Parts: sequence; C-alpha cells; structure tokens
Amino acid sequence: MAASEDNPILDEFTRKEYEFGFTTDIESDRVAPGLNEETIRLISEKKEEPKWMLDWRLAAYKIWTEMEEPDWAHVDYEPLDYQKICYYAAPKSKPVLDSLDDVDPELRKTMDKLGISTEEQKRLSNVAVDFVMDSVSVSTSFKGTLAKKGIIFCSMSEAVRDHAALVQKYLGTVVPVKDNFFSALNSAVFTDGSFCYIPKGVKCPMELSTYFRINESGTGQFERTLLIADKGSYVSYLEGCTAPQRDENQLHAAVVEIVALDEAEVKYSTVQNWYPGDENGVGGVYNFVTKRGVCETRAKISWTQVETGSAITWKYPSCILKGDHSVGEFYSVAVTSGAQQADTGTKMIHLGQHTHSTIISKGISAGRSQNSYRGLVRMASSAEQGRNFSQCDSLLMTDTSGAHTFPYIEISNPSAKVEHEATTSRIGEDQMFYCLQRGMTEEQAIGLIVNGYAKEVLNKLPMEFAVEAQKLLAISLEGSVG
Amino acid sequence: MLKIKNLHARVEGQEILCGLSLEMGSGEVHAIMGPNGSGKSTLASILAGRDTYEITEGSIEFMGVDLLALDATERAVAGVFIAFQYPVEIPGVSNMNFLRTSINSIRDQKGEEPMPAKDFLAKVKQCAKLVELDGKLRDRSVNEGFSGGEKKRNEVFQLAMLEPLLAVLDETDSGLDIDALRIVSSGVNALRSAERSFLIITHYQRLLDHIVPDRVHVLAGGRIVRSGDKSLALELEDKGYDWINEELAQ
Repeated sequence: MAASEDNPILDEFTRKEYEFGFTTDIESDRVAPGLNEETIRLISEKKEEPKWMLDWRLAAYKIWTEMEEPDWAHVDYEPLDYQKICYYAAPKSKPVLDSLDDVDPELRKTMDKLGISTEEQKRLSNVAVDFVMDSVSVSTSFKGTLAKKGIIFCSMSEAVRDHAALVQKYLGTVVPVKDNFFSALNSAVFTDGSFCYIPKGVKCPMELSTYFRINESGTGQFERTLLIADKGSYVSYLEGCTAPQRDENQLHAAVVEIVALDEAEVKYSTVQNWYPGDENGVGGVYNFVTKRGVCETRAKISWTQVETGSAITWKYPSCILKGDHSVGEFYSVAVTSGAQQADTGTKMIHLGQHTHSTIISKGISAGRSQNSYRGLVRMASSAEQGRNFSQCDSLLMTDTSGAHTFPYIEISNPSAKVEHEATTSRIGEDQMFYCLQRGMTEEQAIGLIVNGYAKEVLNKLPMEFAVEAQKLLAISLEGSVG
Repeated sequence: MLKIKNLHARVEGQEILCGLSLEMGSGEVHAIMGPNGSGKSTLASILAGRDTYEITEGSIEFMGVDLLALDATERAVAGVFIAFQYPVEIPGVSNMNFLRTSINSIRDQKGEEPMPAKDFLAKVKQCAKLVELDGKLRDRSVNEGFSGGEKKRNEVFQLAMLEPLLAVLDETDSGLDIDALRIVSSGVNALRSAERSFLIITHYQRLLDHIVPDRVHVLAGGRIVRSGDKSLALELEDKGYDWINEELAQ
C-alpha cells in the first residue's frame, strides 16, 4: 500500500514531533569547549579524583587521539567536531517546582499514559516532595536494606573515592580503553555513572534502578557504569526510564561493564527514550554506547533493551562467555520513527565449553527511519559444544522506512551449533482492519499489534517496567494522532 | 434496520457492484448467494468500511444513520460485525487481550465504563460454550495456528462477545467440515434475537439447512437479481447458477 496516501495514522508517524522540546536553562559551571590534556586534568581535579584515576584518563586520551571515528554502522550523520563539545558541566540543579501543576502539561500527559505514579512523576520532574512520601526517604530506606546485605550501589565518583580497590581491579577489564573510538573517549572524559557490587552468594532483594540515584548526581553525557556480581550472586539492574528524557547534550557515549563471576547471574534491563530530534532528526541525541559483560564459569548475563529514543543509536550490548557452561542472552526491541537511525544488536563471544547464547531482536521501523540489527556470534576454537540461537525480526510500518539485518557468524569449533532465523514483515493492513472492525481505534490497533510482535522481549522485563514499556511502544508509534 | 439503495462500487476502475438494493428488518436473517465473482464479498467489505472500494452511487442506511459516513471503528461501535472469510492471525496478542481491548474500546466510545474483569470472564465462559471453544484456544494468540474450523468458531465467539445489531457472515461455511458447520450454525442460531439481524453470505445451500433464513437473495453481476424465501436456496442448489446467468443474458 502507499502508506502515505492510504493510512493517515502511518503517515502521521513521519511527521511526528517530540512533544517535549528543550526548555531547560543551562546553568553553568562548565569548562570551555574543547578536548586536550588540560580539560582532562580539570575534570579530574573538579571531581577530586586520586592520581591513578587521572593517569588512567590521560592514557585513555592519548589512545583516543590515535583512533579514528568508526563509519561502518548503517547510520548517516554529519561528522562531529570533538573540539566544540563541552566535556564538563557541573551537575546542574534543575529548577525545583512547587507542584505537579507547574510541570509541562504535555510531559504530564505522557507520564499519565505511561502509568507513572504521582510520586514518581514528582521525582522525575523535580517537584519538591513533601516529607511523608519523600523520595529521599524512599532512597534512604532502600540504601539501608542494601547495606545490610553488603551491596554497594553508588555513583561512580563515590566509588572512585570510597571503593578504589574494586574500581581499580575491574575498570576497563571488560571494555578496554582502546576497544573502540567511543569507549576511549568515554574513558578519558567520563563524568559519572553507577557503580554496583554484589557480594558473594548475595541475592539482591530488589531491582536496582538508576531511578533512585538519577537526581543525586544527574546523568552524565559520558556515563560510566561498572557492575560486579561476585560468585553465586544475583542482581537485576534497571537503567533508564520510560518517561521522555530531555538533554541538551547531543553526544552520549556511555560505557557499561559487567563482571559476572562464577555462578553469578545479572539481568540488565534498559529503556532508552532520549530526545530523537525533530522530524529531520535535527537536535536529537547521538547515543553511541558500549555495553559488555564477561561471564565466568556457569555465570549468566541477560541484556534486555527497549530502545525508542535518540536520533542515532549505536549500541551492541555483548557477552563474553569466558567460563565453561556460561550463558549469554540478548533481548531487544528497537523502535525507530521519523528520521531516527538505529544500528543495534549484540556480540556473543563464546570462549568456554558448553556456553549457550540466545539472541531475540525485534526491530520496528516507521516514518523515514532506518533500523538495523547487527550481531556477531563467534565460536572460538575452545568453545567446545557451544550453542547459539538467534532470531531477528523486522516489522515495517511504512514503505519509506528501512529494516536491515547484518548477522556475522564466525565458527572455529566444529562441535558448535549456531542457528539464525530472520523475518521481515509489513504491519498487516489486514491485521489493522481486523482490529478496527472489532471497534478499536487506530492507535489501539497499532499498540496491540506492535506489543504482540514484541511480546517475547517485553516478557523478559521486570513486571512494572514491562507495563510501562508496553505503553511506551504504543506511544512512540502513535504520532500526533489523538 | 439496514437499507441499501442502488449501491454502485468500484475497485481500481472496475465496477463490482452496480445498483445493489437490499432491505432488512430487525431480527431478520437474510442469505446472499451467488456465483464466484458476483460481488458477495465486496458487499461484506463495504459494510465493514474497507476503504479500498470507491462508492460511486447509492446509499446505505443503518439504524437510521448514514453508514457510509462512518469509518470502520465507528461502524463497529454502532453495532456492525463482520465474521471474516479469512480471519487474520495476530501473533503475540492473546484472544482474551484482543477481546477485552475491543469491548472496552467500544464501551469507551459510547461513554461507558470498562467491563469489570469478573463480568468479562463470566461472559467469555458463556460465549465460548456456544461454539465449544476450549480454554486453550481462548488463551492462544488471535487465530495463530488455528485450523480453518477453529478460526470460524473464533469469529462466532467474538460475535457472541461483542453483541452486534448486524452480523455479516462472509462465507463462514467455507472450509468447514460437517461437525464444525454444526457447531458454528448452532452458535449463530443461539444468537438470533428480535434485535439482531444476520446477513449470511454463502456460496452453498448447506449452511442454510442449519441456519434457516427469512429471505434469500441471489447476487449476480453486482446486483440482486432474484429474491425469495428459503426455497430459492434449494432451487439454486438444484439447478446451479448457470440458469441465472442465462436469464441475465436474455
């Protein structure tokens, strides 16, 4: 069908506008734009870091200067001028609002649609909260519970100061500085992020969510996260938030490292809803993220992501299955609309014997967007009896959008088994009509069909996150209809 | 309740319906029969509100309103239900979720509160019984992996749940074995009421042995060429459609 002629709702996607423009005032404690050794010394100094941290940053900077920006991804953007970027802004205080009535009504509408509770809405939009249900007290009691179990969950800056031994031992071991252009950049200039350590044999009693500390330090443009699950421990970690996130920084280059020691299990769930730019993608966030975990013997890392925001997403949460019998999983839903571009997928590196990995990727493309799955499954010669199953599905909402699949498979062990399935389909006009004939509105029909399509992945999210993510998918695709 | 007057419709420049007229009262069951390509399924699609057809002339009045002015969703809300000839599969969406979304959407558009979960479940149980739809099929994704017969039973199940004023059965009997035909028919018969009308589109007479129509119409060349009582269906079964074509040619 000619979507733009026949189906107004699909046509709307292409003209969808992000309802939440940039309104935040930039308060400065910023260093001048540009990147050189001085900038890095300044960042380190402002953060009162120990010398070893500064040396690490400087070494990373030197490596970065010798690297070139990658251009292999299926995305198209004007080259960035790294000397025009400001690399340090003090955690700025958002304006504190008196009540939810002062919050942008559009933003509130979306949060209501997402089913975010009033308390949560207040916190997200920085409304001063009353004492009874104060988020600070929530987070304090939460910290108390964790401390009893010996779990460390704090900002990266705090960890560098207070848990230096752990940071020094693991930082950069999973994602080496020189891994890629953006990881080197991040290593040199990262401003903050999260640090988490789960002691031996401890099952973390609650979902660890960045919600709880996002306001303490603000999310950095170059976020650095290090998560260590000691032997036999378990943690489920939630990153991001379904509420639309504004940010005046165009370039985001985060690094996430996960260490899962013997028999540890880590679930890492992400919902990414950064500003995607206007209908031409202008002004949207460039999200260039390196996420990787290493699994020791019988350890398991499970990545689940719902990606709906950013102008450009370049992201491959990966697992190095180093230990025997270790397990890696990747479940992804990536939605692109308007002029968004996403090149995302995973790498499963099988080193140990009897290592298993599963990849389920669901791409949804609307508007004029481009959505690519790029994945690598490597069975090293040591990966005796390694197994992988990959399924990559693409759903096209319009005939002006694109879906691409780039699977790379490298097998060096003859006993390894790798299965790959891929499908590409158009959202069925017949499916739509069937729903409409049963009395649904177009928005409801699209929401229902798309959520059905992504169900396998959404089911992997923690319950409350899943409900929000379902609504987010429908909202992301609803355009300005209704 | 339904008045179709001099309906002309075309698709891709070709006229499919040329002057179809039909009137149905509340609680009546009408059958439309006709050879392949006579426009039977086009009529169902037009009633449903598919926009692939261009109406060039004529009108459709449903419960006193201009049906052609409504979009597909509004028609469903007004009480028009189509049991499709080829029900589509919707992977990952459970039958229950689908129906709950439908029912509550219709209620919402009528300004009513959502149906309480308890009432919904009770209704599901009751309606599923009508067409012998077991629990497993109710929980599965919409029509996914259903046999032909199961899909048609699921359509009648939805019909029972949504309680429309006008139900159009588009070749619901095609692809049904004897048992499924019996189940579907008895389900439909149980749903007959003084308020609800049925328009049964079929190629064969055998369905009408089970669901006895008040009127039978023969559609050929895009319009109704003959109407009668149920004996007309038997006559067609006996003589085939050729004599109609021959009569038309004269």
